[in-house]
Amino acid sequence: MSVLAYGTAAWLMLVGLYGIVTSRNLIHMVICVSVVQSSTYVLILSVGYRVNASAPIFADIPPGSRAVDPIVQALTLTDVVVEATVVALLLALAVQAHKRFGTLDPSELTPLRG
Amino acid sequence: MPLTVAVPLLGAAVLAAFCKVLPRAAIDAIGVLCAIAVVTLCALVTADTGHMIVYWFGGFHPHGSVAVGISFSVDRLGGGMAVLSAVLVTAAMVYSVHYFDEIGSLYSALMLVFLGAMVGFCLTGDLFDLFVFFELMSVAAYALTAYKIEEAGPLQGAINFGITNSVGSFFMLTGIALLYGRTGALNMAQIAATLSGHPADGLVKVALLLIMGGLLIKAAIVPLHFWLADAHAVAPAPVCVLFSGVMVELALYGLARVYWDVMSGPLASHAGGLRATLIALGVLTAVIGAVMCVAQRHIKRMLAFSTISHTGTFLIGIGLLNPHGLAAAAQYVVAHAFLKAALFMAAGILLHRFVSVDEHELRGRGRGADAGLRVAALVFVGGGLGLAALPVVGTFFGKSALESAVGDAHGYAWVIAVLILTAALTAGAILRVAGRVFAGWGPEVSRHHSELSAVSDMPETLGPHDRTPAVMSATPAILLVVGLGIGLVPSLRDAIAQGAATMTDRASYVARVFDLHAAHTVPVPHAPLSAEAFVFAALTVVVAVLTAWLALRPPSWRVARTGERVLTPMIVAVRRLHSGCVNDYIAWVVAGIAVIGGALALI
Repeated sequence: MSVLAYGTAAWLMLVGLYGIVTSRNLIHMVICVSVVQSSTYVLILSVGYRVNASAPIFADIPPGSRAVDPIVQALTLTDVVVEATVVALLLALAVQAHKRFGTLDPSELTPLRG
Repeated sequence: MPLTVAVPLLGAAVLAAFCKVLPRAAIDAIGVLCAIAVVTLCALVTADTGHMIVYWFGGFHPHGSVAVGISFSVDRLGGGMAVLSAVLVTAAMVYSVHYFDEIGSLYSALMLVFLGAMVGFCLTGDLFDLFVFFELMSVAAYALTAYKIEEAGPLQGAINFGITNSVGSFFMLTGIALLYGRTGALNMAQIAATLSGHPADGLVKVALLLIMGGLLIKAAIVPLHFWLADAHAVAPAPVCVLFSGVMVELALYGLARVYWDVMSGPLASHAGGLRATLIALGVLTAVIGAVMCVAQRHIKRMLAFSTISHTGTFLIGIGLLNPHGLAAAAQYVVAHAFLKAALFMAAGILLHRFVSVDEHELRGRGRGADAGLRVAALVFVGGGLGLAALPVVGTFFGKSALESAVGDAHGYAWVIAVLILTAALTAGAILRVAGRVFAGWGPEVSRHHSELSAVSDMPETLGPHDRTPAVMSATPAILLVVGLGIGLVPSLRDAIAQGAATMTDRASYVARVFDLHAAHTVPVPHAPLSAEAFVFAALTVVVAVLTAWLALRPPSWRVARTGERVLTPMIVAVRRLHSGCVNDYIAWVVAGIAVIGGALALI
């Protein structure tokens, strides 16, 4: 189970990076950025996962029973908020780039070179 | 202490909420007042810091040596970087009051968010918070870069900046997650305590590589540097002040923090290999940055490459992995920050007046006799000489300390030549601009002479203006004076030496965070200035002036022409790599991190 989870995280990161490098469309590229970020969710959650454990809500389970690590869930939530901000900003820039340049192909944006 | 971060963030929230109703003057005043308040608070906290003060949020104190809450762990260097960030933000905000003709009030709010993030990044003692503040800093920076969102340049610059740095921060987060998986801790002191005593295994090395990779992207280390020149060329000048002056240096500060206070224990046996890797990266960055700097005609982009070259220099200092190197780098950073800030503001004065920062287009146009242009001329000459480490001013003390630290390190004495050459080349480019723009020296070059299209000009202000507002010339003048004179303050040098000693003492760091008995940290004795320092500095200044002179008066000797014929294709090849296409940048990032990882695997 855990090998699969870690493998998934690594796969998501690599495939996202591959997508960014080969992308010819800014919207597609921003989505690839969020794929890379998804790998961090999977990784963080699997780091804190415990087999046969319940959710870390201690109100209605007997004390001392196994629960998954609550910290990783807090970290993932923070991470989601961060991602929402970054992706929203990058998408806004992509929309603006389409208005300004009439294209979404990053290799056709030319003002900066050399 | 939490006020240092809360004040700017609350100020930003107030500005964002009431921006529609408040008049422009009130918005500017609130922004500047918040920034000044942060300067004061950070200075008080830092002055209060004997070795370190630790603040636990919400009163969650550690149980034994298990951190339950989240802490700010402030030592002299962290506090000092926070003060430096706050001072530069204040200066940039004062300068911006008259810089923009029309500006949304969200600009001040974004600047305050940026400030809050930088201060938090400096003070935090928690690895995950380090990431959060890093990301907050980045997002504010992307938005500030693209502030003039209707223009083509800022858009492309912000997209390249945003995507490259986001990938970097995900690397960093992955590394932090791996460390958390290994140690079950996020507090840096607790991670250090858990990891120390065991040599690093594969997982710890990969985690270090990923955290380092994220920070090196932010620090614009070659080959991860491409975003910086694009972002700096197009961001508004007062924002560039912060990017160049502190933001990239903060990434290196983060690297030093993570290495010394977390990783130095498990990596103790690998220090030699890590040192070689970091110094090699630093040398590569310093050289490529200097070459690209000389090759630019867009003044802001030229200053951006000068910053890249200097971050390479700072990385060499940190990469020595000893307190001397760290102290020298810190001292260098302070002088560089003020001088580079003044230079970007002077470039802003040119942009405000002539709506152009193309060196050839502005040839001789800076000869006006009014205060604004005189200050700009003075800043370019003084900044150039200051960055060339003219004895006893500017970066002289930092650079001399770095040279002596490098000279003491076994087998790295040749790096001194790199330090001198790159400082001279970047300073020479600045002096060349001074000569061409403000004195009209040098041959006339048509706009489309260069082999590659230069950056197109993006008006940041509605200009051209006939005169420069007094505030806009006073701020860079003050920063120039501070930058030139700051090395002469002996107490600053002592504080940095002590701060470097505290930061590099991991055992005491852990003990202080958990309120245990800490051994007394011995401050780093600073080496007295030797005659060598003056020789090196004189050499740097001579080479810098020579560089500028050769560029302005191309000699007709055969040697020079042969040299030009050999060098030009090489420079053009390096310039072509800076393609402006973000796909290429990410490919470079992946390849660069893979190579660094390979180097770390071999050590």
